[in-house]
Amino acid sequence: MRALLWQALALIGLLAGLLWLVHNTQVNMAARGIQSGWDFLGQTAGFDIGEQLIAFDAGDSLARAFLVGLLNTLRVALLGILLCTLLGTLVGLGRLSHNWLLRALCRAYVELFRNVPLLVQLLVWYLLLVEYLPDSAAAWSWRDALFLSKAGLAFPTLVTGAGGWNDWSAWHWQLPALQDFGIEGGGALSPEFIAVTLGLSCYTAAFVAEVVRAGLRSVPHGQIEAAQSVGLSRRQTLRLVTGPLALRVILPPLTNQYLNLTKNSSLAVAIGYPDLVSIANTTLNQTGRAVECIAVIMLVYLALSLLTAALMAVFNRRVALKER
Amino acid sequence: MAVWPMIPARAAPVRQDSWLAWVRRELFGGWLNALTTLALLAWAVSALPGLADWTLWQAVWRPDADACQAARGSGACWGVIAEKQRLILLGRYPTPEHWRPVLASGLLLALVVASGLRRCWNRWLLPAWLLVWAAFFALMAGGFAGLAPVPTERWGGLPLTLMLATLSILLACPLAVLLALGRRSRLPAIRVLCACYVELVRGVPLISVLFMASFLFPLFLPAGTTPDVLLRVLLGIALFAAAYLAETVRAGLQSVPAGQVDAAASIGLGWWQTQRLVVLPQALGAVVPGLMNSFISIFKDSSLITIVSLYELTGSLGLALSGDPVWRPYMIEGYCFITAIYFVVCAAMSRYSLWVERQQAHALTR
Repeated sequence: MRALLWQALALIGLLAGLLWLVHNTQVNMAARGIQSGWDFLGQTAGFDIGEQLIAFDAGDSLARAFLVGLLNTLRVALLGILLCTLLGTLVGLGRLSHNWLLRALCRAYVELFRNVPLLVQLLVWYLLLVEYLPDSAAAWSWRDALFLSKAGLAFPTLVTGAGGWNDWSAWHWQLPALQDFGIEGGGALSPEFIAVTLGLSCYTAAFVAEVVRAGLRSVPHGQIEAAQSVGLSRRQTLRLVTGPLALRVILPPLTNQYLNLTKNSSLAVAIGYPDLVSIANTTLNQTGRAVECIAVIMLVYLALSLLTAALMAVFNRRVALKER
Repeated sequence: MAVWPMIPARAAPVRQDSWLAWVRRELFGGWLNALTTLALLAWAVSALPGLADWTLWQAVWRPDADACQAARGSGACWGVIAEKQRLILLGRYPTPEHWRPVLASGLLLALVVASGLRRCWNRWLLPAWLLVWAAFFALMAGGFAGLAPVPTERWGGLPLTLMLATLSILLACPLAVLLALGRRSRLPAIRVLCACYVELVRGVPLISVLFMASFLFPLFLPAGTTPDVLLRVLLGIALFAAAYLAETVRAGLQSVPAGQVDAAASIGLGWWQTQRLVVLPQALGAVVPGLMNSFISIFKDSSLITIVSLYELTGSLGLALSGDPVWRPYMIEGYCFITAIYFVVCAAMSRYSLWVERQQAHALTR
């Protein structure tokens, strides 16, 4: 009985609090002449976006602008997840190496990247890219296929010939080349994109390395001795015994790191990469729809988090211990 | 009677703890190991002299813009820090009043360090905290006894970082304990509410919470009351951090054996007494490393308030250098400086956590 009373009180209190907040918001918005509603999504954006995966110009709707931002966020997050897993696994393995120098180097990496705010790291990467790289006229090139300069990284792309998609024989590489006004042709990654991706990957890799190390350390030593006694080499032991056993311990915290990386990609707004937060911020400043714009950011990230968690749960179930 | 000759003595075992044996084992044990060592040494020989040149030998240490300009590209210009240290460390705080933030953050820092020492854990600690917070805000804000009033938008730099991190941790901790207890409560409504709060907050990035604090909190409150932006941001960080801390505390709660609760019930303790006297001390002790990791995260995350235009350490560096055409080229040296500050504080926190763990292991051995 007392339990019911407490719960009812808590719920009523919460409800009353929420109603009070909503009421205040309505009064304040009426007093300041702020409109509400989702109709603004249909308005023309009126601003350009630096980089986009789907066609966009200032005449398109704000809804499409949000979509462009979301795709930019996803692009950074996916590439970041891939890179941080690779780098983190290498550093984590390095921390368990037999070689003292390698161990010390990997430990220094983890300590340095973990103990400095991500925002500072992103700003430093961006500064290094736009201040210390050569101008695009004097870009560093690798075999005339890759060009790295203040304008970003240019790389060859595979394009279709006149026959379209079906004409396989006409597919060819389009190489970037140095022209009068910078580098033309091929694909290009902006310095903002590179800075955000590198910053996020290197930062998260330090955490992934610790996760990997803890996972490998969690494998009982008897397993390794048993593997050695049946004649497996060090590499085979890692691939066939330690790895699969460690993966079960590694996956849940690794998922957490992936979620962190995705959420942290919102810091891209600080260096002007047009991700979702940056687009929402611009829209907020233009239309004044603060409630709606912030709701979009929160809902999208919540959805991304839940989606990643669900996917990793499925994967986790597949590698989990199968007991009789 | 046969005389058995004595067998010769066995040779003394090779010392394994000499530095030579260490080198052989750790650096040249096996060909792959040796190859790794050689490759890393080769890399160090090729990379380190250039780095040392830039950071030390060719660097300019005086705040001399012409010398820095001459050394550009070959040496660092540490003079920029000598020149701009006040702006970087204290932000836009009025120059003649600079002793106030220095004294205030000195007091705060001293108390934080003292709170970590066992010999200071007594009944004076709580009054000391209240006193130091009162002194901190009185010194920073001024407006009495001849101290010029300084509005919060002029506060900045390291004092702001320290204040935000410390105060948001202090505010988040009680909330986190309540959330964690609520999530393990027998009452379904409370349990669901706490779980929803924790999961919702953990699903969104801190920036969105800061945007909310800066744009939406004024709308949420009754017309005419607009709390200071610093207060709103502080509340935002605390509410955000509480969700993460709550999960750590919950892990600790789960590690307390059920027998402890039964034992507490058998000597007649009520629910709150059980939690306060039996469960929480053991739960919190078990998750010191996790709590400290969260504290380090909060300290690092305080840099994000730059994005909502409050100039803490990261923001005040930008403020100090980007507006000055003479010193703007030496931004990277400035970043090295604040990186060092963040690194030292975070590393100190994680070392302290290790020390506490060792003390606990010590206490548990009989």
